Amino acid sequence: MTKLNDMDIATARDGLNKGDFSAAELAEAYIQAMQAGRDLNAYITETPEVALERARESDERRAKGDHLGAMEGIPIAMKDLFCTEGVLTTAGSHILDGFTPAYESTVSANLRSAGAVMLGKANLDEFAMGSANITSYYGPVKNPWGLKVGKDLVPGGSSGGSAAAVSGGLAMAATGTDTGGSIRQPASFCGIVGLKPTYGRCSRWGVVAFASSLDQAGPMTQTVRDAAIMLGAMAGFDPKDSTSAPIETPDFEAAITGDVKGKTIGIPKEYRMDGMDPEIQAMWDQGIEWLKAAGCNVKDVSLPHTKYALPTYYIVAPAEASANLARYDGVRYGLRVPGDSLDDMYMNTRGEGFGDEVQRRILIGTYALSSGYYDAYYIKAQKVRTLISNDFKTAFEDVDAILTPTAPSAAFGIGENQDDPVAMYLNDVFTVPTSLAGLPGISVPTGLSSGGLPLGLQLIGRAFGEGELLNIASALETAAAFNHKPGQEG
Amino acid sequence: MSLDKDTVKQIAYLARIRVSDDKLAPLAGELSSILDWIEQLQELDTDGVEPMASVSDVTLPQRKDAVTDGNCQAAVLRNAPDPEDGFFTVPKVVE
Repeated sequence: MTKLNDMDIATARDGLNKGDFSAAELAEAYIQAMQAGRDLNAYITETPEVALERARESDERRAKGDHLGAMEGIPIAMKDLFCTEGVLTTAGSHILDGFTPAYESTVSANLRSAGAVMLGKANLDEFAMGSANITSYYGPVKNPWGLKVGKDLVPGGSSGGSAAAVSGGLAMAATGTDTGGSIRQPASFCGIVGLKPTYGRCSRWGVVAFASSLDQAGPMTQTVRDAAIMLGAMAGFDPKDSTSAPIETPDFEAAITGDVKGKTIGIPKEYRMDGMDPEIQAMWDQGIEWLKAAGCNVKDVSLPHTKYALPTYYIVAPAEASANLARYDGVRYGLRVPGDSLDDMYMNTRGEGFGDEVQRRILIGTYALSSGYYDAYYIKAQKVRTLISNDFKTAFEDVDAILTPTAPSAAFGIGENQDDPVAMYLNDVFTVPTSLAGLPGISVPTGLSSGGLPLGLQLIGRAFGEGELLNIASALETAAAFNHKPGQEG
Repeated sequence: MSLDKDTVKQIAYLARIRVSDDKLAPLAGELSSILDWIEQLQELDTDGVEPMASVSDVTLPQRKDAVTDGNCQAAVLRNAPDPEDGFFTVPKVVE
Protein backbone atom coordinates (compact mmCIF):
# COMPACT_ATOMS: atom_id res chain seq x y z
CA MET A 1 0.00 0.00 0.00
CA THR A 2 1.10 3.56 -0.66
CA LYS A 3 2.39 5.41 2.37
CA LEU A 4 -0.50 7.29 3.91
CA ASN A 5 1.23 10.65 3.57
CA ASP A 6 2.23 10.08 -0.05
CA MET A 7 -1.16 10.32 -1.74
CA ASP A 8 -3.05 13.04 -3.56
CA ILE A 9 -6.63 14.00 -2.70
CA ALA A 10 -8.23 11.97 -5.48
CA THR A 11 -6.34 8.80 -4.44
CA ALA A 12 -7.10 9.31 -0.74
CA ARG A 13 -10.77 9.88 -1.58
CA ASP A 14 -10.88 6.48 -3.32
CA GLY A 15 -9.04 4.80 -0.44
CA LEU A 16 -11.42 6.29 2.12
CA ASN A 17 -14.44 5.30 0.03
CA LYS A 18 -13.15 1.74 -0.24
CA GLY A 19 -12.40 1.58 3.47
CA ASP A 20 -8.65 0.94 2.95
CA PHE A 21 -7.94 3.39 5.77
CA SER A 22 -9.87 5.80 7.96
CA ALA A 23 -9.73 9.57 8.13
CA ALA A 24 -8.30 9.17 11.65
CA GLU A 25 -5.44 6.99 10.33
CA LEU A 26 -4.77 9.52 7.59
CA ALA A 27 -4.73 12.35 10.13
CA GLU A 28 -2.37 10.38 12.42
CA ALA A 29 0.06 9.79 9.55
CA TYR A 30 0.13 13.47 8.66
CA ILE A 31 0.44 14.59 12.28
CA GLN A 32 3.53 12.38 12.56
CA ALA A 33 4.94 13.73 9.30
CA MET A 34 4.22 17.30 10.40
CA GLN A 35 6.03 16.79 13.69
CA ALA A 36 8.96 14.98 12.05
CA GLY A 37 9.27 17.82 9.50
CA ARG A 38 9.49 20.70 11.97
CA ASP A 39 12.91 21.67 10.61
CA LEU A 40 11.14 23.15 7.56
CA ASN A 41 9.27 25.62 9.83
CA ALA A 42 6.25 25.19 7.55
CA TYR A 43 3.73 25.55 10.38
CA ILE A 44 3.38 28.37 12.90
CA THR A 45 0.76 26.51 14.94
CA GLU A 46 0.15 22.75 14.85
CA THR A 47 -3.41 21.69 15.70
CA PRO A 48 -3.24 17.88 16.10
CA GLU A 49 -6.24 17.80 18.46
CA VAL A 50 -8.41 19.70 15.97
CA ALA A 51 -7.22 17.35 13.21
CA LEU A 52 -8.01 14.18 15.14
CA GLU A 53 -11.40 15.46 16.25
CA ARG A 54 -12.44 16.43 12.72
CA ALA A 55 -11.09 13.17 11.33
CA ARG A 56 -13.11 11.17 13.85
CA GLU A 57 -16.21 13.23 12.98
CA SER A 58 -15.60 12.45 9.33
CA ASP A 59 -15.29 8.73 10.04
CA GLU A 60 -18.55 8.89 12.02
CA ARG A 61 -20.37 10.63 9.15
CA ARG A 62 -19.14 7.92 6.83
CA ALA A 63 -20.13 5.11 9.21
CA LYS A 64 -23.61 6.56 9.61
CA GLY A 65 -24.09 7.04 5.89
CA ASP A 66 -24.43 10.83 6.23
CA HIS A 67 -23.79 13.19 3.35
CA LEU A 68 -20.07 13.31 2.54
CA GLY A 69 -18.29 16.45 1.36
CA ALA A 70 -15.77 16.86 -1.47
CA MET A 71 -12.86 17.11 0.98
CA GLU A 72 -14.10 14.41 3.35
CA GLY A 73 -11.25 13.34 5.67
CA ILE A 74 -8.56 15.19 3.67
CA PRO A 75 -5.77 16.61 5.90
CA ILE A 76 -4.81 20.14 4.90
CA ALA A 77 -2.64 23.03 6.09
CA MET A 78 -4.37 26.38 6.52
CA LYS A 79 -2.32 29.46 5.63
CA ASP A 80 -2.12 31.51 8.82
CA LEU A 81 -3.86 34.40 7.11
CA PHE A 82 -7.29 32.73 7.46
CA CYS A 83 -9.01 33.48 10.75
CA THR A 84 -9.82 30.23 12.54
CA GLU A 85 -12.19 30.23 15.49
CA GLY A 86 -10.38 29.51 18.74
CA VAL A 87 -7.03 28.92 17.00
CA LEU A 88 -4.18 31.46 17.10
CA THR A 89 -4.08 33.51 13.88
CA THR A 90 -0.89 35.52 13.36
CA ALA A 91 -0.55 36.61 9.69
CA GLY A 92 3.15 35.97 10.37
CA SER A 93 3.29 39.21 12.34
CA HIS A 94 4.39 40.19 15.83
CA ILE A 95 1.56 42.74 15.92
CA LEU A 96 -1.08 39.99 16.07
CA ASP A 97 0.50 38.40 19.17
CA GLY A 98 -1.99 36.11 20.86
CA PHE A 99 -4.87 36.92 18.48
CA THR A 100 -7.44 34.12 18.70
CA PRO A 101 -10.43 34.91 16.48
CA ALA A 102 -13.96 34.46 17.75
CA TYR A 103 -15.05 33.64 14.18
CA GLU A 104 -14.08 31.45 11.23
CA SER A 105 -13.22 32.75 7.75
CA THR A 106 -15.73 31.76 5.08
CA VAL A 107 -13.18 29.77 3.05
CA SER A 108 -11.94 27.75 6.04
CA ALA A 109 -15.56 27.23 7.15
CA ASN A 110 -16.46 26.02 3.63
CA LEU A 111 -13.55 23.57 3.69
CA ARG A 112 -14.57 22.33 7.09
CA SER A 113 -18.15 21.74 6.00
CA ALA A 114 -16.77 19.87 2.98
CA GLY A 115 -15.09 17.52 5.47
CA ALA A 116 -11.49 18.80 5.37
CA VAL A 117 -9.28 18.14 8.40
CA MET A 118 -7.09 21.06 9.52
CA LEU A 119 -3.56 20.00 10.57
CA GLY A 120 -2.34 23.46 11.52
CA LYS A 121 -1.69 27.03 10.49
CA ALA A 122 0.98 27.42 7.80
CA ASN A 123 3.81 29.94 7.97
CA LEU A 124 3.82 32.87 5.53
CA ASP A 125 5.48 36.19 4.84
CA GLU A 126 4.32 38.84 7.30
CA PHE A 127 0.85 39.99 6.17
CA ALA A 128 1.53 38.03 2.93
CA MET A 129 4.09 40.64 1.89
CA GLY A 130 7.06 38.87 0.35
CA SER A 131 8.23 36.42 -2.28
CA ALA A 132 10.59 34.22 -0.26
CA ASN A 133 8.89 33.63 3.09
CA ILE A 134 11.75 35.41 4.86
CA THR A 135 9.68 38.24 6.35
CA SER A 136 7.69 36.08 8.81
CA TYR A 137 8.06 37.01 12.49
CA TYR A 138 8.12 33.25 13.06
CA GLY A 139 11.24 32.76 10.97
CA PRO A 140 11.94 31.67 7.39
CA VAL A 141 10.44 28.51 5.89
CA LYS A 142 12.80 26.04 4.24
CA ASN A 143 12.01 24.59 0.83
CA PRO A 144 12.02 20.75 1.09
CA TRP A 145 13.97 20.65 -2.20
CA GLY A 146 16.93 22.16 -0.35
CA LEU A 147 17.72 18.76 1.16
CA LYS A 148 18.48 17.49 -2.30
CA VAL A 149 21.01 20.19 -3.13
CA GLY A 150 22.40 20.50 0.40
CA LYS A 151 21.49 24.17 0.76
CA ASP A 152 18.76 26.10 2.60
CA LEU A 153 16.45 27.32 -0.16
CA VAL A 154 13.45 29.63 0.06
CA PRO A 155 10.05 28.08 -0.71
CA GLY A 156 8.88 31.30 -2.39
CA GLY A 157 6.19 33.43 -0.88
CA SER A 158 4.05 34.57 0.54
CA SER A 159 2.31 31.17 0.85
CA GLY A 160 5.69 29.53 1.53
CA GLY A 161 4.65 27.39 4.51
CA SER A 162 1.68 26.04 2.53
CA ALA A 163 3.88 25.17 -0.46
CA ALA A 164 6.62 23.57 1.68
CA ALA A 165 4.04 21.54 3.63
CA VAL A 166 2.46 20.10 0.47
CA SER A 167 5.79 19.51 -1.26
CA GLY A 168 7.38 17.93 1.82
CA GLY A 169 4.45 15.59 2.57
CA LEU A 170 3.44 17.50 5.72
CA ALA A 171 -0.07 18.15 4.32
CA MET A 172 -2.04 16.58 1.49
CA ALA A 173 -3.02 20.04 0.25
CA ALA A 174 -3.06 23.58 1.60
CA THR A 175 -4.85 26.87 1.29
CA GLY A 176 -2.94 29.86 -0.02
CA THR A 177 -3.72 33.45 -0.80
CA ASP A 178 -2.45 35.36 -3.80
CA THR A 179 -2.24 39.14 -4.12
CA GLY A 180 0.50 39.38 -6.77
CA GLY A 181 1.77 35.81 -7.12
CA SER A 182 1.74 34.44 -3.57
CA ILE A 183 0.16 31.10 -4.55
CA ARG A 184 1.72 30.59 -7.98
CA GLN A 185 5.37 31.54 -7.33
CA PRO A 186 5.82 29.31 -4.23
CA ALA A 187 4.01 26.48 -6.07
CA SER A 188 6.59 26.83 -8.84
CA PHE A 189 9.52 26.92 -6.37
CA CYS A 190 8.29 23.80 -4.54
CA GLY A 191 7.16 21.67 -7.50
CA ILE A 192 3.42 21.68 -6.78
CA VAL A 193 0.23 23.05 -8.36
CA GLY A 194 -1.08 26.45 -7.24
CA LEU A 195 -4.26 28.11 -8.48
CA LYS A 196 -5.21 31.73 -7.99
CA PRO A 197 -8.90 31.89 -8.88
CA THR A 198 -10.70 34.80 -10.49
CA TYR A 199 -11.09 37.76 -8.13
CA GLY A 200 -14.49 37.25 -6.51
CA ARG A 201 -14.56 33.43 -6.83
CA CYS A 202 -13.68 32.86 -3.15
CA SER A 203 -14.89 35.00 -0.27
CA ARG A 204 -12.32 37.24 1.40
CA TRP A 205 -14.36 37.38 4.61
CA GLY A 206 -12.19 36.49 7.58
CA VAL A 207 -8.96 36.54 5.58
CA VAL A 208 -6.50 39.05 7.07
CA ALA A 209 -6.55 41.82 4.45
CA PHE A 210 -3.45 42.93 2.53
CA ALA A 211 -4.70 44.61 -0.70
CA SER A 212 -8.45 44.21 -0.91
CA SER A 213 -8.85 44.74 -4.66
CA LEU A 214 -6.30 41.98 -5.36
CA ASP A 215 -6.39 39.40 -2.53
CA GLN A 216 -7.80 36.03 -3.50
CA ALA A 217 -7.70 32.62 -1.79
CA GLY A 218 -6.89 29.45 -3.70
CA PRO A 219 -5.77 25.82 -3.47
CA MET A 220 -2.18 24.53 -3.38
CA THR A 221 -2.11 20.86 -4.26
CA GLN A 222 -0.09 17.99 -5.71
CA THR A 223 -2.15 17.68 -8.89
CA VAL A 224 -4.42 19.74 -11.14
CA ARG A 225 -7.35 17.42 -10.35
CA ASP A 226 -6.83 18.08 -6.64
CA ALA A 227 -6.86 21.82 -7.30
CA ALA A 228 -10.24 21.40 -9.03
CA ILE A 229 -11.64 19.37 -6.12
CA MET A 230 -10.39 21.79 -3.49
CA LEU A 231 -11.39 24.97 -5.32
CA GLY A 232 -14.94 23.63 -5.57
CA ALA A 233 -14.99 23.27 -1.79
CA MET A 234 -13.52 26.74 -1.13
CA ALA A 235 -15.51 28.83 -3.61
CA GLY A 236 -18.97 30.30 -3.57
CA PHE A 237 -20.94 33.49 -3.13
CA ASP A 238 -20.79 34.95 0.35
CA PRO A 239 -23.13 37.77 1.37
CA LYS A 240 -20.48 38.83 3.92
CA ASP A 241 -18.04 39.81 1.12
CA SER A 242 -19.58 42.39 -1.19
CA THR A 243 -16.92 41.62 -3.83
CA SER A 244 -17.64 37.90 -3.89
CA ALA A 245 -19.31 37.00 -7.18
CA PRO A 246 -23.02 36.09 -6.97
CA ILE A 247 -22.69 33.08 -9.26
CA GLU A 248 -22.97 29.31 -8.95
CA THR A 249 -19.83 27.27 -8.39
CA PRO A 250 -19.50 24.82 -11.30
CA ASP A 251 -18.16 21.26 -11.00
CA PHE A 252 -14.51 22.04 -11.74
CA GLU A 253 -13.43 18.41 -11.61
CA ALA A 254 -15.96 17.49 -14.31
CA ALA A 255 -14.40 20.15 -16.55
CA ILE A 256 -11.18 18.11 -16.70
CA THR A 257 -11.82 15.97 -19.77
CA GLY A 258 -8.28 15.75 -21.08
CA ASP A 259 -9.50 16.96 -24.47
CA VAL A 260 -7.93 20.28 -25.44
CA LYS A 261 -7.99 19.81 -29.22
CA GLY A 262 -8.60 23.04 -31.06
CA LYS A 263 -8.02 25.27 -28.02
CA THR A 264 -5.97 28.35 -28.78
CA ILE A 265 -3.08 29.20 -26.48
CA GLY A 266 -1.64 32.72 -26.52
CA ILE A 267 2.07 33.36 -26.09
CA PRO A 268 2.67 36.97 -25.00
CA LYS A 269 5.76 38.35 -26.68
CA GLU A 270 6.32 40.94 -23.94
CA TYR A 271 7.07 38.12 -21.47
CA ARG A 272 10.23 37.26 -23.42
CA MET A 273 12.32 39.65 -21.42
CA ASP A 274 15.87 40.81 -21.87
CA GLY A 275 18.25 38.76 -19.80
CA MET A 276 15.74 35.97 -19.30
CA ASP A 277 17.26 32.80 -17.86
CA PRO A 278 17.78 30.42 -20.84
CA GLU A 279 16.49 27.51 -18.74
CA ILE A 280 13.21 29.33 -18.12
CA GLN A 281 12.96 30.16 -21.82
CA ALA A 282 13.61 26.50 -22.72
CA MET A 283 10.96 25.31 -20.23
CA TRP A 284 8.46 27.72 -21.74
CA ASP A 285 9.29 26.57 -25.32
CA GLN A 286 8.87 22.96 -24.18
CA GLY A 287 5.45 23.83 -22.72
CA ILE A 288 4.40 25.33 -26.06
CA GLU A 289 5.44 22.13 -27.85
CA TRP A 290 3.57 19.95 -25.36
CA LEU A 291 0.34 21.90 -25.82
CA LYS A 292 0.74 21.78 -29.61
CA ALA A 293 1.21 18.02 -29.41
CA ALA A 294 -2.00 17.83 -27.33
CA GLY A 295 -3.85 19.44 -30.21
CA CYS A 296 -3.83 23.12 -29.22
CA ASN A 297 -3.23 25.96 -31.64
CA VAL A 298 -0.56 28.38 -30.53
CA LYS A 299 -0.77 32.08 -31.32
CA ASP A 300 1.42 35.06 -30.53
CA VAL A 301 -0.39 37.73 -28.55
CA SER A 302 0.63 41.13 -27.30
CA LEU A 303 0.17 42.49 -23.78
CA PRO A 304 1.84 45.83 -24.43
CA HIS A 305 1.70 47.27 -20.91
CA THR A 306 3.35 44.28 -19.23
CA LYS A 307 6.48 46.17 -18.15
CA TYR A 308 4.35 48.64 -16.19
CA ALA A 309 2.53 45.97 -14.18
CA LEU A 310 5.06 45.67 -11.34
CA PRO A 311 5.43 49.41 -10.67
CA THR A 312 1.63 49.72 -10.86
CA TYR A 313 1.26 46.91 -8.35
CA TYR A 314 3.78 48.52 -6.01
CA ILE A 315 1.57 51.59 -5.76
CA VAL A 316 -1.85 49.93 -5.69
CA ALA A 317 -1.02 47.14 -3.23
CA PRO A 318 0.90 49.27 -0.68
CA ALA A 319 -1.77 52.00 -0.87
CA GLU A 320 -4.49 49.51 -0.03
CA ALA A 321 -2.25 47.88 2.59
CA SER A 322 -1.56 51.18 4.33
CA ALA A 323 -5.31 51.67 4.72
CA ASN A 324 -6.04 48.05 5.73
CA LEU A 325 -3.22 47.88 8.27
CA ALA A 326 -4.34 51.07 9.99
CA ARG A 327 -6.53 48.82 12.16
CA TYR A 328 -3.51 47.52 14.10
CA ASP A 329 -3.46 50.17 16.78
CA GLY A 330 -2.80 48.26 20.00
CA VAL A 331 -6.33 48.87 21.26
CA ARG A 332 -8.61 46.04 20.18
CA TYR A 333 -6.36 43.01 19.64
CA GLY A 334 -2.76 41.89 19.41
CA LEU A 335 0.35 43.63 20.60
CA ARG A 336 0.27 46.83 22.68
CA VAL A 337 3.47 48.71 23.48
CA PRO A 338 2.72 51.40 26.08
CA GLY A 339 3.32 55.10 25.43
CA ASP A 340 2.77 58.41 27.20
CA SER A 341 -0.01 59.54 24.87
CA LEU A 342 -2.40 57.85 22.48
CA ASP A 343 -0.17 58.77 19.51
CA ASP A 344 2.87 57.50 21.38
CA MET A 345 1.17 54.20 22.07
CA TYR A 346 0.13 53.85 18.39
CA MET A 347 3.64 54.65 17.16
CA ASN A 348 5.40 52.38 19.64
CA THR A 349 3.05 49.50 18.94
CA ARG A 350 3.29 49.79 15.16
CA GLY A 351 7.03 50.48 15.19
CA GLU A 352 7.70 47.34 17.19
CA GLY A 353 4.89 45.17 15.83
CA PHE A 354 5.50 45.52 12.07
CA GLY A 355 8.63 44.10 10.41
CA ASP A 356 10.84 46.01 7.95
CA GLU A 357 9.12 44.98 4.71
CA VAL A 358 5.63 45.70 6.06
CA GLN A 359 6.82 49.11 7.29
CA ARG A 360 8.34 49.90 3.88
CA ARG A 361 5.07 49.07 2.14
CA ILE A 362 2.92 51.02 4.59
CA LEU A 363 5.22 54.02 4.13
CA ILE A 364 5.14 53.79 0.32
CA GLY A 365 1.36 53.47 0.44
CA THR A 366 0.96 56.33 2.88
CA TYR A 367 3.14 58.52 0.67
CA ALA A 368 1.22 57.55 -2.49
CA LEU A 369 -2.07 58.44 -0.83
CA SER A 370 -0.84 61.64 0.81
CA SER A 371 -2.05 65.06 -0.17
CA GLY A 372 -0.22 66.35 -3.25
CA TYR A 373 0.92 62.89 -4.43
CA TYR A 374 -2.42 61.09 -4.70
CA ASP A 375 -3.00 61.94 -8.37
CA ALA A 376 0.62 61.49 -9.44
CA TYR A 377 0.95 58.04 -7.90
CA TYR A 378 -2.31 56.42 -6.91
CA ILE A 379 -4.65 57.64 -9.64
CA LYS A 380 -1.89 57.21 -12.22
CA ALA A 381 -1.39 53.59 -11.13
CA GLN A 382 -5.13 52.92 -11.25
CA LYS A 383 -5.23 54.27 -14.81
CA VAL A 384 -2.34 52.05 -15.87
CA ARG A 385 -4.18 49.15 -14.23
CA THR A 386 -7.04 49.82 -16.65
CA LEU A 387 -4.61 49.61 -19.58
CA ILE A 388 -3.16 46.32 -18.29
CA SER A 389 -6.63 44.86 -17.83
CA ASN A 390 -7.60 45.98 -21.36
CA ASP A 391 -4.51 44.23 -22.76
CA PHE A 392 -5.88 40.93 -21.44
CA LYS A 393 -9.41 41.65 -22.69
CA THR A 394 -8.05 42.19 -26.20
CA ALA A 395 -5.85 39.08 -26.05
CA PHE A 396 -8.71 36.88 -24.85
CA GLU A 397 -10.75 37.81 -27.93
CA ASP A 398 -8.44 35.45 -29.82
CA VAL A 399 -7.24 32.85 -27.33
CA ASP A 400 -8.61 30.45 -24.71
CA ALA A 401 -5.62 30.62 -22.36
CA ILE A 402 -2.22 32.27 -22.12
CA LEU A 403 0.98 30.34 -21.34
CA THR A 404 3.92 31.98 -19.56
CA PRO A 405 6.66 31.02 -17.10
CA THR A 406 5.49 31.30 -13.47
CA ALA A 407 8.68 32.79 -12.04
CA PRO A 408 11.92 34.13 -13.53
CA SER A 409 14.07 31.55 -11.71
CA ALA A 410 14.07 28.38 -9.66
CA ALA A 411 14.17 28.64 -5.85
CA PHE A 412 17.14 30.64 -4.52
CA GLY A 413 19.05 30.40 -1.25
CA ILE A 414 17.80 31.84 2.03
CA GLY A 415 19.64 35.15 2.38
CA GLU A 416 19.96 35.81 -1.38
CA ASN A 417 18.18 38.74 -3.11
CA GLN A 418 17.65 40.32 0.27
CA ASP A 419 19.54 43.61 0.05
CA ASP A 420 17.47 45.25 -2.66
CA PRO A 421 13.66 45.36 -2.26
CA VAL A 422 13.12 45.94 -5.99
CA ALA A 423 15.18 42.83 -6.91
CA MET A 424 12.90 40.79 -4.67
CA TYR A 425 9.78 42.35 -6.25
CA LEU A 426 10.93 41.09 -9.70
CA ASN A 427 10.08 37.53 -8.62
CA ASP A 428 6.46 38.34 -9.40
CA VAL A 429 7.04 39.83 -12.86
CA PHE A 430 4.99 37.11 -14.61
CA THR A 431 2.23 36.77 -12.00
CA VAL A 432 1.39 40.38 -11.07
CA PRO A 433 -0.27 41.36 -14.39
CA THR A 434 -2.86 38.56 -13.98
CA SER A 435 -3.60 39.74 -10.45
CA LEU A 436 -4.12 43.33 -11.56
CA ALA A 437 -6.59 42.08 -14.20
CA GLY A 438 -8.33 39.83 -11.64
CA LEU A 439 -7.95 36.77 -13.90
CA PRO A 440 -7.37 33.17 -12.81
CA GLY A 441 -3.83 31.80 -13.10
CA ILE A 442 -2.43 28.38 -12.33
CA SER A 443 1.16 27.21 -11.91
CA VAL A 444 1.87 23.65 -13.00
CA PRO A 445 5.21 21.94 -12.22
CA THR A 446 6.71 21.03 -15.58
CA GLY A 447 10.39 20.22 -15.18
CA LEU A 448 13.65 20.50 -13.29
CA SER A 449 16.40 23.07 -13.69
CA SER A 450 19.95 21.91 -14.41
CA GLY A 451 20.47 22.27 -10.66
CA GLY A 452 17.68 19.74 -10.06
CA LEU A 453 15.08 22.22 -8.78
CA PRO A 454 11.45 22.44 -9.91
CA LEU A 455 10.28 24.90 -12.55
CA GLY A 456 6.66 25.78 -13.25
CA LEU A 457 4.64 27.22 -16.08
CA GLN A 458 1.67 29.51 -15.64
CA LEU A 459 -1.59 29.27 -17.57
CA ILE A 460 -3.90 32.30 -17.42
CA GLY A 461 -7.61 31.96 -18.15
CA ARG A 462 -10.69 34.05 -18.75
CA ALA A 463 -12.53 35.57 -15.80
CA PHE A 464 -14.56 32.81 -14.11
CA GLY A 465 -13.18 30.32 -16.65
CA GLU A 466 -11.40 28.13 -14.08
CA GLY A 467 -13.00 24.96 -15.50
CA GLU A 468 -11.44 25.42 -18.92
CA LEU A 469 -8.19 26.64 -17.35
CA LEU A 470 -7.96 23.50 -15.20
CA ASN A 471 -8.63 21.32 -18.23
CA ILE A 472 -5.79 22.89 -20.22
CA ALA A 473 -3.55 22.76 -17.13
CA SER A 474 -4.32 19.07 -16.84
CA ALA A 475 -3.18 18.50 -20.42
CA LEU A 476 0.06 20.35 -19.63
CA GLU A 477 0.48 18.29 -16.47
CA THR A 478 -0.04 15.03 -18.35
CA ALA A 479 2.51 15.99 -21.00
CA ALA A 480 5.09 17.14 -18.47
CA ALA A 481 4.61 14.01 -16.32
CA PHE A 482 6.41 15.73 -13.44
CA ASN A 483 6.73 13.07 -10.78
CA HIS A 484 9.87 14.25 -9.00
CA LYS A 485 9.84 14.56 -5.23
CA PRO A 486 12.19 16.59 -3.06
CA GLY A 487 15.11 14.75 -1.51
CA GLN A 488 14.72 11.53 -3.51
CA GLU A 489 16.42 11.30 -6.88
CA GLY A 490 19.95 12.62 -7.30
CA MET B 1 11.85 60.95 -6.76
CA SER B 2 14.27 61.27 -3.89
CA LEU B 3 12.99 61.36 -0.31
CA ASP B 4 15.04 62.98 2.44
CA LYS B 5 15.12 62.01 6.10
CA ASP B 6 12.66 64.68 7.16
CA THR B 7 10.09 63.54 4.58
CA VAL B 8 10.44 59.94 5.73
CA LYS B 9 9.96 61.08 9.31
CA GLN B 10 6.79 62.92 8.29
CA ILE B 11 5.39 59.92 6.36
CA ALA B 12 6.19 57.65 9.31
CA TYR B 13 4.28 60.02 11.56
CA LEU B 14 1.28 59.99 9.18
CA ALA B 15 1.40 56.17 9.30
CA ARG B 16 1.91 56.24 13.09
CA ILE B 17 5.03 54.08 12.92
CA ARG B 18 7.95 54.84 15.25
CA VAL B 19 11.15 54.86 13.21
CA SER B 20 14.36 55.41 15.15
CA ASP B 21 16.58 58.28 13.94
CA ASP B 22 19.39 55.98 12.85
CA LYS B 23 17.00 54.10 10.55
CA LEU B 24 15.70 57.20 8.75
CA ALA B 25 18.63 57.57 6.32
CA PRO B 26 18.73 53.93 5.14
CA LEU B 27 14.93 53.92 4.86
CA ALA B 28 15.02 57.13 2.81
CA GLY B 29 17.45 55.39 0.44
CA GLU B 30 15.28 52.28 0.09
CA LEU B 31 12.04 54.18 -0.41
CA SER B 32 13.70 56.51 -2.93
CA SER B 33 14.94 53.58 -4.99
CA ILE B 34 11.45 52.04 -5.00
CA LEU B 35 9.89 55.36 -6.04
CA ASP B 36 12.55 55.88 -8.74
CA TRP B 37 11.63 52.52 -10.20
CA ILE B 38 7.91 53.38 -10.04
CA GLU B 39 8.62 56.65 -11.80
CA GLN B 40 8.54 54.83 -15.18
CA LEU B 41 4.73 54.98 -15.02
CA GLN B 42 4.97 58.67 -15.83
CA GLU B 43 6.20 57.90 -19.37
CA LEU B 44 2.75 56.44 -20.22
CA ASP B 45 0.05 58.69 -21.60
CA THR B 46 -3.05 57.97 -19.54
CA ASP B 47 -5.14 61.00 -20.51
CA GLY B 48 -8.80 60.01 -20.74
CA VAL B 49 -8.21 56.57 -19.17
CA GLU B 50 -10.61 55.66 -16.38
CA PRO B 51 -8.86 54.72 -13.12
CA MET B 52 -9.62 51.13 -12.11
CA ALA B 53 -10.53 50.66 -8.46
CA SER B 54 -11.93 47.15 -8.79
CA VAL B 55 -12.05 44.39 -11.35
CA SER B 56 -15.61 43.43 -10.43
CA ASP B 57 -18.19 44.66 -12.90
CA VAL B 58 -21.00 43.98 -10.48
CA THR B 59 -22.81 46.80 -8.74
CA LEU B 60 -22.13 46.86 -5.05
CA PRO B 61 -24.93 44.85 -3.48
CA GLN B 62 -27.01 46.26 -0.65
CA ARG B 63 -28.28 44.15 2.19
CA LYS B 64 -31.36 44.67 4.27
CA ASP B 65 -30.73 47.24 6.98
CA ALA B 66 -31.28 44.86 9.85
CA VAL B 67 -29.48 43.95 13.03
CA THR B 68 -27.80 40.59 12.42
CA ASP B 69 -25.73 40.17 15.56
CA GLY B 70 -25.06 41.73 18.93
CA ASN B 71 -24.83 40.86 22.61
CA CYS B 72 -21.31 39.60 22.11
CA GLN B 73 -19.31 41.96 24.33
CA ALA B 74 -17.12 39.19 25.70
CA ALA B 75 -16.20 37.95 22.24
CA VAL B 76 -15.45 41.50 21.05
CA LEU B 77 -13.19 42.18 24.02
CA ARG B 78 -11.59 38.76 24.12
CA ASN B 79 -8.45 39.80 22.29
CA ALA B 80 -8.12 43.31 23.70
CA PRO B 81 -4.67 43.92 25.23
CA ASP B 82 -5.91 45.77 28.30
CA PRO B 83 -9.72 45.80 28.66
CA GLU B 84 -11.39 47.23 31.75
CA ASP B 85 -14.99 47.01 32.96
CA GLY B 86 -16.23 45.91 29.55
CA PHE B 87 -14.35 48.64 27.64
CA PHE B 88 -11.27 48.93 25.44
CA THR B 89 -8.72 51.22 27.07
CA VAL B 90 -6.33 53.83 25.70
CA PRO B 91 -3.87 56.21 27.38
CA LYS B 92 -5.48 59.34 28.81
CA VAL B 93 -6.39 61.74 25.97
CA VAL B 94 -8.03 64.57 27.95
CA GLU B 95 -6.22 66.20 30.87
